[in-house]
Amino acid sequence: MENLYSLSAVELKKMLEAKEIKVEDIVNSIYDRIDKVEGLVNSFVELISREEALSLAKIAQENIDNSKARALEGILVAIKNNMVTDGGKTTASSKMLDNYEGVYDATVVKKLKDAGAIIIGKTNMDEFAMGSTTKTSYAGETKNPWDLERVPGGSSGGSASSLAAGEVTLTLGSDTGGSIRQPASFNGVVGLKPTYGRVSRFGLIAFASSLDQIGPMGRRVDDVALMFDVIKGYDDADATSVKVEEESVLTEINNGVKGLRIGIPKEYLEEANDDIKAVINEAVAKYKELGAEIVDISLPHTEYSPSTYYIIAPAEASSNLARFDGVRYGYRAENFDGVEDLYIKSRSEGFGDEVKRRIMIGTYVLSAGFYDAYYKKAQQVRRLIKNDFDKAFESVDVILTPATTGTAFKLDEPKTPVELYLEDVYTIPANLAGLPGLVVPATKVQGLPVGIQLLGKAFDEKTLLRAGKAFENVVGKMELANL
Amino acid sequence: MALTKEEVLKVAHLARLEFEEERIESFQTELNSILTFVDKLQELNTEGIEPLTQVNHQVNNLRKDEIKESLNRDKVLKNAPQKDEGMFIVPKVVGEN
Repeated sequence: MENLYSLSAVELKKMLEAKEIKVEDIVNSIYDRIDKVEGLVNSFVELISREEALSLAKIAQENIDNSKARALEGILVAIKNNMVTDGGKTTASSKMLDNYEGVYDATVVKKLKDAGAIIIGKTNMDEFAMGSTTKTSYAGETKNPWDLERVPGGSSGGSASSLAAGEVTLTLGSDTGGSIRQPASFNGVVGLKPTYGRVSRFGLIAFASSLDQIGPMGRRVDDVALMFDVIKGYDDADATSVKVEEESVLTEINNGVKGLRIGIPKEYLEEANDDIKAVINEAVAKYKELGAEIVDISLPHTEYSPSTYYIIAPAEASSNLARFDGVRYGYRAENFDGVEDLYIKSRSEGFGDEVKRRIMIGTYVLSAGFYDAYYKKAQQVRRLIKNDFDKAFESVDVILTPATTGTAFKLDEPKTPVELYLEDVYTIPANLAGLPGLVVPATKVQGLPVGIQLLGKAFDEKTLLRAGKAFENVVGKMELANL
Repeated sequence: MALTKEEVLKVAHLARLEFEEERIESFQTELNSILTFVDKLQELNTEGIEPLTQVNHQVNNLRKDEIKESLNRDKVLKNAPQKDEGMFIVPKVVGEN
């Protein structure tokens, strides 16, 4: 029998249903794997014990035995360390929240539990989701399972590395400028950033509220569709969530791409290196073979996306993170002189450098006299970027682009903040325009995985996942990293 | 628009942050390189373009003003750094100066 830790949720569900395996077999297989590889990769910040997982497995098994299995019954899931759970620590991988224990379940957590998932822990991330390496975590670095000297990407680095290492079956990430999709590409896994408003953020520790979105990650497109079906939907507790007609996506993504119009934006390829261009050309050839219609399109304001993002996201972050003042929760400095000094010392000691950098930029661009030149200007350009997409989607159904500018880089490779920011160029536009984006593994370049990105119309994750699945079917499934 | 050291300190105060003396200069350099990077937007003429604040055209998502269950006090205070008798404790803020 194949190792259960390497199988997809959809495969495991079938085996559970057919009584070929028990939930405890999955738990033991995955925990054996964790025992073997977690010391190398460091995907998790919090992990429940095998005994706790086995006791939850017992409940799931009873439901299966009584034909009451729910959508994720007995499937092991990990969530990013910025989604709160009722009990257990949620720290956003920051010293600021190092002792923070959630007092309610995030809506996505509740939905996962209600669907029978066994939540085994919290995955490492960049502090407050600000970064693309997982190196800014207060909980230490996470390694890329494909090459332990390389970054897993970020900010949802642990959610991706744990999948590539076979330490869990499904994970949740969050994506503000590419934080699900870039690590998915770097680890050879599938990641979906849903449409803005499609998945409730209630219980997500806020970074940039007009951009943040929670999404599913897995090793197969089917798994991501399965998890998306569980977590999506309107929520009273998130005022930005949108009521749309809900239908199961998982069963609707098997029709292939014959006749589907796939747009290739020329601006995304101009700056790409030869390896990435080859990946895209290969993908285009495959889609043509599958009967898709390839359409050249233009998204002329693409080059302005990073600059727009690095005004809007820090501005919103500086506002969101103003709540951390050492009074109600979070880190409080030991020595201070008066209440204002309490705020200053607690914040200065509790936040890491990248978070401070972004708070500073955000505070500056919102300050009196600079608001129009920066924040308002960025919002205007944001509209131009969205208009580009609206126009493009008049003639195509899906857009195909690179996911990342290259493969995972070395942990010790020196990069300035701006160099790191520029690497988000392919993923940021979907957040600015509120559109869904999917990364699917494509191939390996010098032993390191790289994915393609598909962008879709708002609330049309179905077509996106359909195009992703057709691609996955022809490139074949990505194996686990050899650890 | 390069930030001077004084401006960096002013922004830091607005953000209720402080930096060790030897870090201020490197922070100033980093912030200025980020501002140069975002200044790229000044190339674009955006006159008359309406700022985009909400991608889904939502305006106000109103709900009825009803009393619903909320977190109990123990939970609200669970993570307080300092608390007593159902209250957060902060340094004295009135009667000073």
